[in-house]
Amino acid sequence: MLILKPHDIPSSEITPPEIYRERRQFMQGMGVLAAGAAFGAIPDAHAGTKLDGVRASDYTVAEDKTSYKDVTTYNNFYEFGTGKSDPAENAGSLRARPWTVAVEGAVKQAKTWDIDALLKLAPLEERVYRMRCVEGWSMVIPWVGFPLAELLRRAEPTGNAKYVEFVTLNDPKQMPGQRSRVLDWPYVEGLRLDEAMHPLTLLAVGLYGEVLPNQNGAPIRLVVPWKYGFKSAKSIVKIRLVEKPPLTAWMKAAPAEYGFYSNVNPQVDHPRWSQAKERRIGEFFKRDTLMFNGYGNQVAQLYRGMDLQRFF
Amino acid sequence: MGTVLRNPKVWLFGVCLLPLLRLIVLGGSGGLGANPIEFITRSTGTWTLVGLMVTLSVTPLRRLTGRADLIRYRRMLGLFSFFYVCLHFITYIWLDQFFDPAAIAKDIVKRPFITVGFTAFVLLIPLAATSTHAMMRRLGRRWLQLHRLVYAIALLGVVHYLWLVKKDLTDPLIYGGVLVLLLALRLSWVVGRLQAARIRFALAG
Repeated sequence: MLILKPHDIPSSEITPPEIYRERRQFMQGMGVLAAGAAFGAIPDAHAGTKLDGVRASDYTVAEDKTSYKDVTTYNNFYEFGTGKSDPAENAGSLRARPWTVAVEGAVKQAKTWDIDALLKLAPLEERVYRMRCVEGWSMVIPWVGFPLAELLRRAEPTGNAKYVEFVTLNDPKQMPGQRSRVLDWPYVEGLRLDEAMHPLTLLAVGLYGEVLPNQNGAPIRLVVPWKYGFKSAKSIVKIRLVEKPPLTAWMKAAPAEYGFYSNVNPQVDHPRWSQAKERRIGEFFKRDTLMFNGYGNQVAQLYRGMDLQRFF
Repeated sequence: MGTVLRNPKVWLFGVCLLPLLRLIVLGGSGGLGANPIEFITRSTGTWTLVGLMVTLSVTPLRRLTGRADLIRYRRMLGLFSFFYVCLHFITYIWLDQFFDPAAIAKDIVKRPFITVGFTAFVLLIPLAATSTHAMMRRLGRRWLQLHRLVYAIALLGVVHYLWLVKKDLTDPLIYGGVLVLLLALRLSWVVGRLQAARIRFALAG
């Protein structure tokens, strides 16, 4: 005999997710008011919180976007482990607020920015970029952010500023992957000043219209769409303008395999594997990798006259 | 039916199929993650290595336990290693290279980790082909010499894994460590020591 047990909660009593989210947002809004009254600040913005006033941008590729689930559960962020699902599993220990980013070095206006001030620095734009990992897979991701140039201009780089160095948080308590010496922490990345000032170079604070999840580099990260993914430093705490090319974490780890430029280039193979094709996450067949990840019209002139086999 | 279920070989056969079953179940339920083809490639490669290690542990286990009958399971373990390396190789030529012979040939020549992996796969073929009793009888002493290739194959398998990893060498080094241990247990000096210890233990018991 089949006995159907009634559910404890009738489905009519379950709050639909939209309303539930609305209620949460309302309560968060009340929190904003209360906190704002107390010390004039915006309280915690968690992953999943919608970012307001985001504009569309012309820098958007018309390709199918990779699903939110894949973008947030399959990526590299060695600070949380070397497996592709490790960041999603372990990034809960990262405290993305409060957070500051120091802009220093060869600048007239060195300043330590609070993350909330950075969010208001320039209008937030949604940009749908291709992302090509050096390992041979790729995604299409709708980032939310503003051009790095907006921040650098305010710092007023001096004549000595030729390169920009990006430093990721170094705190093994928050980033358990840093207890292993797999890389020489902190994670350091770098760009030439003209690359950093390029309008495509983005400081991202969100994806899919929402606050950046921890595993994707919260609260603020770099996105340089024509370079391999590892160039786009995550969870940035320091931006230094310098005269010499920074020694990046991957150049230290394997100088023969990872160069300073690391532009996406199907003709220059990784010493151990081909870069001619890529697997777009969600697709069955591999696709050809495009020069500069398809951003050649915008960025090729930055490298005119350079031997890209040598400056890989 | 009862006698079938009492045969340990039947159980072992079922256990050896579990990694494949897991892939089928995960594939059917969308559980292979964002990059299913990478998942399948990694998984079949891993189980090939595990299979080789388990196969290579039969002889040391026989010596340690004194249970000579363990040899009865070695052929099946070896053939399952070959089965998983075939799945691994098919995944590569089909889902990774889409049967492009030029691309595959270039890859095998140019990529050291593929060169050693492919070599290990090719060397396993004669071992699988000569695994029958009839072949053992036909080849006689030479069968043993031929099947010593498995030491080199396992080593190539570990090197294949070591060379493909981007940075974190932990997992391949664990396999390397296990292999070194399994090979060390075959050194005549170690074998002698172990046998003496076992006899002492048996007498004391």
